[in-house]
Formats: sequence, C-alpha cells, structure tokens
Amino acid sequence: MTAYILKRVAIGIVTLVFASIVIFAVLEVMPGDPARLMLGINASADSVETLRRQMGLDQPLIVRYLHWAGGMLTGDFGKSFTYSSPVRDLIIERGVVSLPLALIALFLSAVIGIPIGVFSASRRGKAADTAVMGVAQLGVAIPNFWFALLLIYVFAVWLRLVPAGGFPGWSTGIWAGLKGLILPAVALALPQAAILARVTRSALLEVLGEDYIRTARAKGLPRRRVLLHHALRNGMIPVMTILGLQFAFLLAGTIIIENVFYLPGLGRLVYQAITQRDLIVVEGIIMVLVASVVFINLLVDLSYPLVDPRLRHAR
Amino acid sequence: MSDMASNDTQARFRDFVRAALANRSFVTGLAIALAIALMALVSFVWTPYDVAHLVVSDRMKTPSGMHWFGTDNFGRDILSMIMVGSRNSIAVALVAVGIGMGIGVPLGCWAAAHGGWLDEAIMRLNDVVFAFPALMSAIMITAIFGPGAVNAIIAIGIFNIPVFARVARAGALALWPREFILAARASGKGTTLITVEHIFPNIANLLLVQGTIQFALGVLAEAGLSYLGLGAQPPMPSWGRMLFDAQTRMMVAPYMAIFPGLAIVITVLGLNLLGDGLSDVLDPKLRRRR
Amino acid sequence: MSLLEIEKLSLDIGGVPILRGVDLSIGAGEIMGLVGESGSGKSMTALTVMQLLPVGARASGRVTFDGIDILSAPEQAMCRLRGDDIGMVFQEPMTALNPVKTIGEQVAEGIRWHTGANRADAEARARTMLDRVGLPEAKFPLSRYPHELSGGQRQRVVIAIACALKPKLLVADEPTTALDVVLQKQILELLRGLVDEDRMGLLLISHDLAVVADMSDRVTVMRHGEVMEEGETARTLSEQMHPYTRQLAQASMHVPARRGGDIPGHSAPLLEVSSIIKDYPGRRASLLRRQEPFRAVDEVSFSVESGQSVALVGRSGCGKSTLARMILALDRPTGGDIRLLGQSLAGKSEAALRPSRRNMQVVFQDPYGSFDPRHKVEKLVGEPLHLLEKQPGAKERREMIAAALAEVGLSPSDMEKYPHEFSGGQRQRISIARAVITRPKLIVADEPVSALDVSIRAQILDLFADLNQKLGVAYIFITHDLTVARAITDDVMVMHEGRIVERGRTGDILDHPQSEAAQALVAAAPDLNRAIARRLEMQGRQAGL
Repeated sequence: MTAYILKRVAIGIVTLVFASIVIFAVLEVMPGDPARLMLGINASADSVETLRRQMGLDQPLIVRYLHWAGGMLTGDFGKSFTYSSPVRDLIIERGVVSLPLALIALFLSAVIGIPIGVFSASRRGKAADTAVMGVAQLGVAIPNFWFALLLIYVFAVWLRLVPAGGFPGWSTGIWAGLKGLILPAVALALPQAAILARVTRSALLEVLGEDYIRTARAKGLPRRRVLLHHALRNGMIPVMTILGLQFAFLLAGTIIIENVFYLPGLGRLVYQAITQRDLIVVEGIIMVLVASVVFINLLVDLSYPLVDPRLRHAR
Repeated sequence: MSDMASNDTQARFRDFVRAALANRSFVTGLAIALAIALMALVSFVWTPYDVAHLVVSDRMKTPSGMHWFGTDNFGRDILSMIMVGSRNSIAVALVAVGIGMGIGVPLGCWAAAHGGWLDEAIMRLNDVVFAFPALMSAIMITAIFGPGAVNAIIAIGIFNIPVFARVARAGALALWPREFILAARASGKGTTLITVEHIFPNIANLLLVQGTIQFALGVLAEAGLSYLGLGAQPPMPSWGRMLFDAQTRMMVAPYMAIFPGLAIVITVLGLNLLGDGLSDVLDPKLRRRR
Repeated sequence: MSLLEIEKLSLDIGGVPILRGVDLSIGAGEIMGLVGESGSGKSMTALTVMQLLPVGARASGRVTFDGIDILSAPEQAMCRLRGDDIGMVFQEPMTALNPVKTIGEQVAEGIRWHTGANRADAEARARTMLDRVGLPEAKFPLSRYPHELSGGQRQRVVIAIACALKPKLLVADEPTTALDVVLQKQILELLRGLVDEDRMGLLLISHDLAVVADMSDRVTVMRHGEVMEEGETARTLSEQMHPYTRQLAQASMHVPARRGGDIPGHSAPLLEVSSIIKDYPGRRASLLRRQEPFRAVDEVSFSVESGQSVALVGRSGCGKSTLARMILALDRPTGGDIRLLGQSLAGKSEAALRPSRRNMQVVFQDPYGSFDPRHKVEKLVGEPLHLLEKQPGAKERREMIAAALAEVGLSPSDMEKYPHEFSGGQRQRISIARAVITRPKLIVADEPVSALDVSIRAQILDLFADLNQKLGVAYIFITHDLTVARAITDDVMVMHEGRIVERGRTGDILDHPQSEAAQALVAAAPDLNRAIARRLEMQGRQAGL
C-alpha cells in the first residue's frame, strides 16, 4: 500500500517536472525574441535590450528554467508585463472563479451521469434504456459553448432567471456568486454527464457478465440487489478513471465557457494574455492548470485501492 | 464460437456487411457521415451563394426561401458558410486523427512489445501529454505561432497521440501472452515482424473504433478553438467562428447560432453513432451482449 | 417422491435447440452424476434448475423441486429457493468470487438475505461454514479477500456459500475441472462429506467418467441435448449397455498402440538441461525493500534422447510450464544451461536461435487460442517455414503445407479456411501440423489434450503416437493427467515446487511411485476401472450383510 502511494506520488511529481520543462521549452525557446515580440516591431533596440535584461533573457537557458521553476515552488510566478502585478496574485484572483466552476461542473456531471447510467443498465434493452441512451448520445455530441449560448438564450434572455454573463464576485455573497456560476457549470457539466452515463452503463453491463454475478444470483439475491451491491462497486473503477480525465476537460472547458459568459476566471486571463503576448502569465496559468490535472488524477489513482482491495497489496 | 461461417474472405466481408446493415447505429451514423462528406465535396464546386461575396443589403436576413438558414452580419448566406465550413472541420479533425494514429500507434505497440523501462518511459511521457488537454496545447502553440487552422491541427493531433498510444498498448498487451503469439515466437519471428503480422491486424478494429471517436472529438475541439479565434481565421468560414459571430447577436438573430450549432451536433452525433455501430459489428462478443 | 424431478425438459436459446426431452430425477441425499461431452447440454440442464438461463432461453416440460414447479415459478419464489434450498458451485473458482468483497461478507450475505439474521449472527454462521469447508479461522479470517486465496481455497469458499444454509439440493457444475488432480480429490471429498452430513441431494456435472463413477450413486449420460442412458452407476458403467456409454468409457481409457520406445542410447542426447533456474522478482514490499524472489524452477537437470517421449507431470504451479517455456527459448533462464543437439540456447539472440528453433516446436493446450483468427490455415501452418535457411518458393511452400496437413489427417483443401471453421479436435490437428512442418527433432506439448472431449482426445493421442513412430520426433508432454502420461510416454518426470523429484519408466512410476509428490499425484488421479471396482465391492459388501 505504502509502496503504491509512493509510486503514484512519484509519478505525479515526475509528470509535473516534465510538464514544466515542456511548457518552458515551448514558450521560451520559441522562434524570435520574446522581448521584441512583446514590444512590437517598431520598438527601439535599446528598450528591447532593457526588457531582455529585466526578463532575465540574457542568462543561459538552464539558469532561466531553474529560476522559473524554483520560483514557482516558493509561490513566485514572476511578474505580469501587462498587468504589472505578480502573476501569483492574478492567478489567485482569477482562480477563485475557475476552480469552483470546474469543481461544481465535475460534481454535477457525477451526480447526473452516474445515476442515469445505473438506471439505464438496470433497464437494459427496455424502452427506458433506449430513450435515456438516445438522449445521452445526443448530449455527447453537443459542444458545451453552443449549449451555453442556448442556455443564455432560454434562461437569461427569455426567462430572465439568471444573469446572461459576468460574475459579481464572492464578496457579494456566496449565493450571488453561485448564481453567476450556475449556468456556466450546467453548460460544462451536461455534455460530460452524458459521457459519464454512457461509461457507467457500459462498465456495469461489462461487470454484469462476470462469473461472480452469477454466484451472487445463485445465492438468491434479486437482480436489483446484485446490481447495487456487487456490480456497482466493481463498475466504479473505469468510471473513476473517466471522472479524473473529465476534470482536465472541464478545466480546459472553462477557458471557452468563461469567454461565453464573460467570467473573470483563469480562462479569460490566459486568453487575454495570449492576445497581449504576456508569456509569463500564460506559462504560469498553464502550469497551474496542468498541476491541478495531475493532482486530481493522483487523487483518482490513490482512491483505486479503496475500491479495489487487490491494489492494496500490489506494486 | 463465431457466428461467421464462410469459406473465403469475400464471404467474411459479406457477413460483415450484413451484420453492419442490420445495426441501426451503424447505418444512421454512416448515412450522416456520408452526407456531411458529400456536402463538403459539393461545396468545392457549388454553394447556393458565394461566401466570399459580402452583400451589405442582405445583412441578417431571417431564414426564407432565398436564404434557407438566413444570412449573417456581413450578408453571407449561412447555408453556404456551413457547407464551406464543413471542409475545415473535416480536414482538421481527420489530419489530427492521422497524426495521433501515425505516432501513437507505433509508440503503443513498441511499448507493449518491449515492456520494462521503455514501456514505463513511453507511458510516463504519455501522462505528460495527457495533462495538457487539446485546448491548452492549442493556446501554447497559438501563443507562439499565432492562430491558424494548421496550429489547431497540430494541437488536436498532439492530444490524440497518447489516446492512440494507450489503446494500441492495451490491445497489444492483451495479445502478447496469447498462445498464437508464442507460436509465432517459436517460429523465430522477431518482435517487429510479429507486431506487423499478428498484433496490428488484431488491434485494427479497436483503432478504427477509437479513430471515429477521436474524429468526433476533433470536430468538437476544432469548433471550440475556432470559436476562441485560435483556429481557422476569417474569411475562411468555420463553424466555431460562426457561433462566435452569432453570440453578440443572439437577441436579434438566434438562427445565426442555431444552424452552425446543429451542423456540429449532427456531424459529431453521426460519427459517434458510426463508432458505436462499428464496435458492435466488429466485436461479436459485444454484439451478443447487447 | 424425488427431490428434483425433470420431465421432458426441452430448451432452446434464440431458436437453437439445446435440450430435447431430458428426464432426470434426484432423491434426497442422492448423488446423481451427469456426464457428457461439450455441447451435450449438461450445464444448461443445471442452469434451468436454477432458473439462471441466459436471455432468450425458452424451456418447456416440467421441472419440479420439492413440490414446486420451477419453470412457472415467479422470480421472487426462485430468489427464495436459490441459495437457501438449492445451492450451486461453478467451474471456474478464480472468477466466481467478487474481488472487492471479503470472503466473510460473501458467505454471510446469503445467510442474512434468507434468514434475516443480524450481521454478527450471520458472520458467526459464515465462520462455522468456512471451518467446515476446511478454511480455519487462524489462516483464513473472514476479512480475507478472494485474491489472497488460491484456486482450491476459492472453490472452498464457493462451496461454503452454496452450502451455508444446508440446501436440500446442491448443483455442482464441473466443480474440479479447473483444478489439478490433488485439489480435485480434496474438493470431491469435501463435497461428499457435506452431502453425507447434511443429507443433501447432489447433481454433479462432469465430463470425466472416472470422477462421476467415483462419486455418484446413479449416473445420467447426455449427448447433443438428449439423455442417452440413465442408471445405477456401477452397473451402467461396468456393463456399458448403451453404445455411447461404451464409446465414452473406452475413449477415456484409450491407450494408443505404440512400439516400445527403446532408443539406442549411444548417441548424444537430443536435449540436455543442466541446473536450470528461473527466479521471478519478488513483490515490492516497500520503496526500498523487495520480497525474496520467487524461484519457479530450481536447479533442474535432465536429458531427453531423440525419439523419446517424456512426460513432465506435476500439480498446477509446480513450474512445469515455466520450464517448458525456457526449453522453447520463449523465456530466459536465470541460471543454468539448455542444450539442443549440443547447441546452447541460453543468452542467445533471436537470430542465433534460429537453427535450434527449427529443431523444436510447440503444441499448446487451447485449440482456440493457438491461432491468429485473422490468418488462413495456409499461413498458420506455414509460419515455422520462416525458420528455414532457404525460403521455399510459393509452390513448394504450398506443397509442404499440404503434406503437413495430410500427415495430421486433414485435407490439403483445408488450407483455404480460417481456424474458426474447425472443431476443437481439428484445430489441435492444425496445431500439430504447424509443429511438424519443419521436421523438428523435439516437440514440447503443453497439456495438448486436456481441453478436448474424451473421444477427440483418444484420436489426438493416436496421432501423437503415430507421428512419434513415423517421424522419430521426441516429445516432452506437460500434463497433470496421469492417464495421458501412461498412454503416450516412455518416461515420466515428476515435478514438485520447482524441482524434479522423481524420474523413471512411465509404468514403474505410475504403479510404484517413490516420492511423496508422485504418490499424491497417483493416489489422486481418477481411474475409471478402479472406481467401478470399488463401487462393486462396496455393493457386494452391503449385499453380503
């Protein structure tokens, strides 16, 4: 067990180190001079040189990487060129919008998708199963930002139940903040819930074909109890894997959705930083997003042994 | 064992076709996919209106006999835009699948064949790539090279690599301990030859199914990227960009958002149905279970 | 009145007829043996009694259990019967238990469900039951998970689940087929003990006539969904009135005609294995510490002369398959050396191994898994031709393949077919054709007949004997089945915990085993004649009283 945990944690750290090298390499070793790119073609050679020195670009690559990566470990993500404030502050300020959004969406996706999948599996082949899976099939095909537009049209423009966009900030109260996040979260969650419902159903059907299900039935347990007590826990393993992957999609999805709803989150920040070529911000945000993906997947890995006792001893 | 009893490849193929035609998902999916492909092809020679031609007097016309899906804020015919935009979606998604398969499948097969530290290294590398959803790599690439359809292809393609590597590796790992592989090894065949002769043909079905799924995801991802302005650049029509243009005009011209969105949904739905159908038809075990 | 009465039971699944007019009855406390080859419908008969048939199955006729009409009983009533009045034991113990629940939970679950007992009481009863099936608390607490148990131990848990509520009828579908002979004997004794103590009726399904003869009071012989013969065990199997019963009995004791395999011993040995070792790395116990490596093969040395047929017998997990894979150079030994025709195999590259590979081939157990389903027979049988120094031309190649097919009793036209078009026995012939096409000096056969029905098994054994004679090829037969060893080999090597503990002439070892391991194997091996004789003797004694 300890060995398993240590191995997973080690893999997570290695992944992060590699990811940071990739991000650094891609963004820093790109063609052209970042200082010149930032200042534009008409900038004078002098000002470019000053900026280069300011950004530490005159130092060797490895020193720059270590400086950047080491800084992040202590919470120093550098200073934004356009906002002229520390990247860390920007990330915290915007992260309190994006992270709750992604987590609410993940939660919605799980509480909607998994029960529907279980229901569908228990009615396999019946009309209810076919109907629910038909809707899920459609749900998987809907792009979340288009779905978001439809939601805005129906709930904000037409019914006027929620604001069409913007975020009042948490300072106005939790409820007001949640209200601003509810439509974006639903738009993100429903297509993912459809995927989760399909995965849950097929995982359960797979498990229901196993020998031990027959053993359980031979004990005299009715189908429903077998499904809930024997199949569900075994079927959860692939579902957890998908849930972990979905978090990555949801985080990435926030970039689009925040632009649809004009939410001041990391997604909008990174989008703006790109257009303004504020590379240090882009680097920092992508690193944070990648780190959260790695962290969530580590959590998923660590919870496998809770579900599957075979992993408590192995590896 | 198998419900296919035949004497030659032709009969096997005929059985496959019969099973396929009896599968509702497959038939529907194939019909949709073919229709979209046909639409893209037709758009090269004919569209109802010229999409490069801006007619200011025809701005934001609601759907009518003249313009079935209406016109946009530049007076362009939306149906024509959707037709031309399908080229972009198909091309980006298809090439991205090609990149993913072309790099991912050999990597996955290689990892499975050699095992040990090489396998571990390839899979860890996969983890790293996997931590970057397509959108994030697209953002990084765009941050450097600026936006464009090619960058969208690269971003989505990179994202596809670990997906195919994993599918190929899992399929190959399940095959390597099988007795027919041992027999091939006892016949002195090396890992490369065995991979080409035995492993690859036996995982081709899996890859085909995954390919249609990734194709569908690619269409969605491309739409997302071009919506953000990170994909194909105007004046080249793209479905995602059309939705972006529609967004600010939702109140006055909701049809501008409806039709491009439906085009995406139908395309993705068709591809997913095709993938579902294919996996049913190609895997007799699953077919029986349904 | 009988406990279970099956009358004119017919069954079809998706329109395919499976059972036709099956009659069968079991009295309280009686053991009924149900024998038949694969596809005879014996498992489906059992599943009909349990009402656990696959979807799309339609049954007609009458099945009465304890006065209840099973075929028309609602699902709720069946749930009350299953696990309470009727228990069932399945063939595959490795997959029959839920991997995420403890054995205690799994045994107690049925008790709680049927009796409404609280958790503590149900667990106490589960504990008693596990003790009864030979899993004492000290080593097997309720908190054990299935993956911590061996196959034989898991089958004991399955039996505990089935018998926990002292059912009136126990249905056991090939309960020992997946186990080695020593475990088989233990499990059968356990079943017999439970049946006697609780006066259960037992429906014992098996393909093995000897097992059924040993266990059951009466026997029913099935074929193609129909009952061929039914009667008291000893009489039915000794008189063999029905031609099919006779055919089965003869096939199961079949010994191919072979010339005494005395080989001129002066030439150098064909295969020399010296002090070979295989270690598997231990599990990682923590980041820095690994458990001791597991030694699967421990300093094994032996030699095989050309043309000799040697059996390698032992219990499952004794290392015999690992040894075979090292001989075939499919697995690298940790230490020691293997020489084929004087050429060392250890540590050689694939290219350097080619001359040796030409001289040894392999036949596997599973006639279904041995072939790439996407290749035609021509390609499959011709695969080892890859090893030839000079690659034959297309025409020559086809001729060689046709000749190999003819040698194993198949027609050259079979070349154009795919493996799924053949039966299990025919596939094993294709497998042998592939093995002989390069004219090897040695064939290693890993349980080559254990997946086959007895009548097919007899034919394949004949084929092996015939090729041994015709081609002078030597065999290493890996088997846990002593009848196979007796039928086809000159010498026997008994393997136990990674070592060869005994070697000698086949007849000598099987009749007078010296080592403990060999004695256990011989004592546990089911033997039809011995079983019938014992049964007749028992009846004679009862009659004499």
